[in-house]
Amino acid sequence: MDKIIEIENLSYSYPDGKQALSDVNLAIGIGETMALIGPNGAGKSTLLLHLNGILRSDGTVKVFGVPLEDRSLKWVRSKVGLVFQDPDDQLFSPTVFDDVAFGPINMGYSADEVRGRVAQALKWVGMEGYEGRSPHHLSVGEKKRIAIATVLSMSPEILIIDEPTSNLDPRAKWELIELLKRLEMTKIVASHDLELVKALCERTIVLDEGRVIADDSTHRIMSNTPLLQAHGLAPPRINGVQAQGSGQGPLPNG
Amino acid sequence: MKHGFLDRYSDLDSFIHKLDPRTKVITTFAFILVVVLTPPTRWQAFALYFALLASLILLSKLPPLYVLKRSLVIVPFVLMIAIFIPFFRPGEVVGSYNIWLWEVTVTYSGLLILWNVIVKAWLSILSLIVLSSTTKFSELLKGLEQLRMPKVMVMILSFMYRYIFVLVAEVIRMKQARDSRNFGGKRMWQLKTIGNMVGTLFLRSYERGERVYGAMVARGFDGETRTLSNLRFERADLYFGIGFLVCLAMIGLSTLLYL
Repeated sequence: MDKIIEIENLSYSYPDGKQALSDVNLAIGIGETMALIGPNGAGKSTLLLHLNGILRSDGTVKVFGVPLEDRSLKWVRSKVGLVFQDPDDQLFSPTVFDDVAFGPINMGYSADEVRGRVAQALKWVGMEGYEGRSPHHLSVGEKKRIAIATVLSMSPEILIIDEPTSNLDPRAKWELIELLKRLEMTKIVASHDLELVKALCERTIVLDEGRVIADDSTHRIMSNTPLLQAHGLAPPRINGVQAQGSGQGPLPNG
Repeated sequence: MKHGFLDRYSDLDSFIHKLDPRTKVITTFAFILVVVLTPPTRWQAFALYFALLASLILLSKLPPLYVLKRSLVIVPFVLMIAIFIPFFRPGEVVGSYNIWLWEVTVTYSGLLILWNVIVKAWLSILSLIVLSSTTKFSELLKGLEQLRMPKVMVMILSFMYRYIFVLVAEVIRMKQARDSRNFGGKRMWQLKTIGNMVGTLFLRSYERGERVYGAMVARGFDGETRTLSNLRFERADLYFGIGFLVCLAMIGLSTLLYL
C-alpha cells in the first residue's frame, strides 16, 4: 500500500445547508508534498478537517487503508498531524512546553519520553530554549513554528498545514519554507500563496466551490494562467487598457 | 503589545520566587484563614500580620509601592459592600444625623465591623498579590492541580490566562477600527455600537472556542486532561513552610490568650 490518504466521494454541507465539498476524490502517496490551492471559501480548510476526522460526513476517508471511524480515530490522529491556520487556536496552554507536550501526553507516553519528544520537536523548528515562555509573548513567526512543533512531537506520518505563511513577513515566510523543506514526512499544504507552493510542492490540487478542479504537477498548474485566473489565484487579465474599476462610478475625490 | 498585568514581577529571582508553588498556595491560604478568624478587637495581631507580609515583600524584592498600589484595587469593592454596616448595626450610637426626612445613626459596633472587614480584606488581598507576583501563572496552575483542585477549574483558569490577552488585543483592534471611522454621534447610537461590539466579541470568542477544541481533539484530546509535573519540594520549602506557619500560629494564638 503506497497511498497514505484516500478520499472517496466526500461531500459535506455546513449546518446552514451551504455545500462546502461535493464529491471529492483524492489519493495521496507516501512521501508526496502536495499543495491544496483555491480562493477564499473554496473548502480547503473544510477538506483538511476531514483528514483526521474532526469533521465527518458522507464518503470515505482512509488513512493507510484504514477507514476513518470511531474505533480508528485515535490511531489516525496520531498519524495525521494537523496544524491550524491561527496559531492562537493551536497554542492554548500557558507555556510552550505544555503545548508541545499536549499531544504526546494524550498518546500516553512516559514522562521521560514526553520530555525527549518536546526537546526534539522544538529543535526541529529551531525553537530550543522556548519551553518556559508564554505564547502571548511570542511573535507570529515564532508562534507558527511552535504550532508546527506541537504536531511534530507526536511524530506524525503526514503533516497537514493550513495557510502556513499567512501574516508572515517575507523573511519569516522564507525561513518557514526552508523549515518545511527539511521535514521529510508526507505533507499537505493548503494555501493561496503561490510562491510557497512553487518552492515546496511537487503536486498541486486546485479546489473551488468544494470541487477538485485540477490535479497535476505544480509546474504545469502554475504555467496554466487561464486556470489560475478563473479560480481567483492570479491577477485578472488586463485588457490592453488599465483595468480600473470597470462598471463602477468614479471614486469620490476629496 | 506588552502584557504583564497578571503575573508581573513573577520572573524576579529571590528566595520566595524559588519556593514550590504548592508551599506558597498552602501558606497563603493558611494566612487568609487565620486573618479572617482573628477577633476584630485585636489590632496588635493585625499589625503583626502586616509586619509578616511586609517582611515577605522585602524578601521577595517586589517594589513595595507596586504592591501597595495594586492592593488598593480592592477598596472600592469592599466599601461598596460594607459601607452601610455602621448605619444598620444596632448598638451604642456614635452620632445621629438627619438627612432630609431620614434619621441616620452610626453605631460603635457597626464601625468596628466596617474596620474589621476592610482590614481583613486588605490583608488577604495583599497576601494574594505576594503569591501571584512571586509565582508564574503556569506554575501556580500546576501547583493547584497537584493540590487536587478539580481539573475543570484548573483548565478554565488556564484558558483564561491564555486567551485574556488574545481577547484584550481583539478589543483594542475593534476600538481602533471604530475610532478611525470617527466614532461619535448621539448617545443612543454610541450605546448601540458598543452593544454590537460586545456581541461580535462574544461570537468571535465562541467560534475561537470551537477551533481551539478542534486543535485539542486533533492532538488526541479525549476529555481527560493530563499534564506533566516538574514540581519538587526542596528543603527550603520545608523551612519556609514551617517557619511561616509557626509565626502565624504564634500571632493567632497570642490574640486568643489575651482575651
